[in-house]
Amino acid sequence: MDSITIIAVVSIITAGLTIALGSIGPALGEGRAVSTALSSLAQQPDASATITRTLFVGLAMIESIAIYCFVVSMILIFANPFWNHVIAGAAKVAGK
Amino acid sequence: MRLSPDQLIFWQHGFFKLNGTIVFTWGLMLVLAVGSKLITRRLSTDLKRSRWQNLLEIIVTGIEKQISDVGLKHPEKYIGFLGTLFLFVALAALCTVIPGYEPPTGSLSTTAALALCVFVAVPLFGIEEQGFWGYLASYTKPTIIMLPFNIISELSRTLALAVRLFGNMMSGAMIIAILLTITPFIFPIVMTLLGLLTGMVQAYIFSILAAVYIAAATRTRKPKPALAIKN
Repeated sequence: MDSITIIAVVSIITAGLTIALGSIGPALGEGRAVSTALSSLAQQPDASATITRTLFVGLAMIESIAIYCFVVSMILIFANPFWNHVIAGAAKVAGK
Repeated sequence: MRLSPDQLIFWQHGFFKLNGTIVFTWGLMLVLAVGSKLITRRLSTDLKRSRWQNLLEIIVTGIEKQISDVGLKHPEKYIGFLGTLFLFVALAALCTVIPGYEPPTGSLSTTAALALCVFVAVPLFGIEEQGFWGYLASYTKPTIIMLPFNIISELSRTLALAVRLFGNMMSGAMIIAILLTITPFIFPIVMTLLGLLTGMVQAYIFSILAAVYIAAATRTRKPKPALAIKN
């Protein structure tokens, strides 16, 4: 295998692994957060405004971890810097 | 496949490029500025008022209430900054119902610029409230050991603000683009609806997080009255 093929294979597999493994933790965390917020909403409906706002902010914090993984996998697939580097190097060699 | 509207180039002359991000941002700025100018040109205080004034009053009082809920004492001081952030991000997400439009917040340049605004505004508000040395002393707040961690958190939360908004907006556009190639009829519309909801939540989150950061920076230490009475 030449280096372009190796980079493509590694990038694709890593992108899939990134989003697969990286969404497990946030999924568990969001589930816990929502279930706790629901039970506290059931206990204290008066505090619903505060609980809901804190829940949304917290969920966005948790979800941003999954979003980081998504951004990394998208960069690996669509804007891979290593791939571009090797392609540029190959073009330079071919142009010589 | 395009990752962001940066790669959508409308006009190019040498070094200068007019890409989709700039054009759509200018459009949103035009809509926001001209719209609010048109509405506030004829404000009335009696019972008969235009429906646009009602809309604007609902938005402004709603934002003020949210800001004061976070814990900022004078929301009218901060609504110029926080409200503009919210309105821009919300309108950028809301306009995705227009065909051919792509949200400028789906580009990392726009979200990084917005996050940098928050990064600059938080120390400014903090210095205004606590004084220069008082604000700098807040970095060493629990102990002096926390100084590097406070500085790191200042930087990392700016990065988090930018990447969170960018990732959410970009993933919405990307999922719709992928679904258009697989099931072109119903599901892209459903995902567009979901994208509207996500965009609203993200606009709310962005401005609320900025408000929380400002509230943390402007919080002056209160003297402890209970201890004072006891002594």
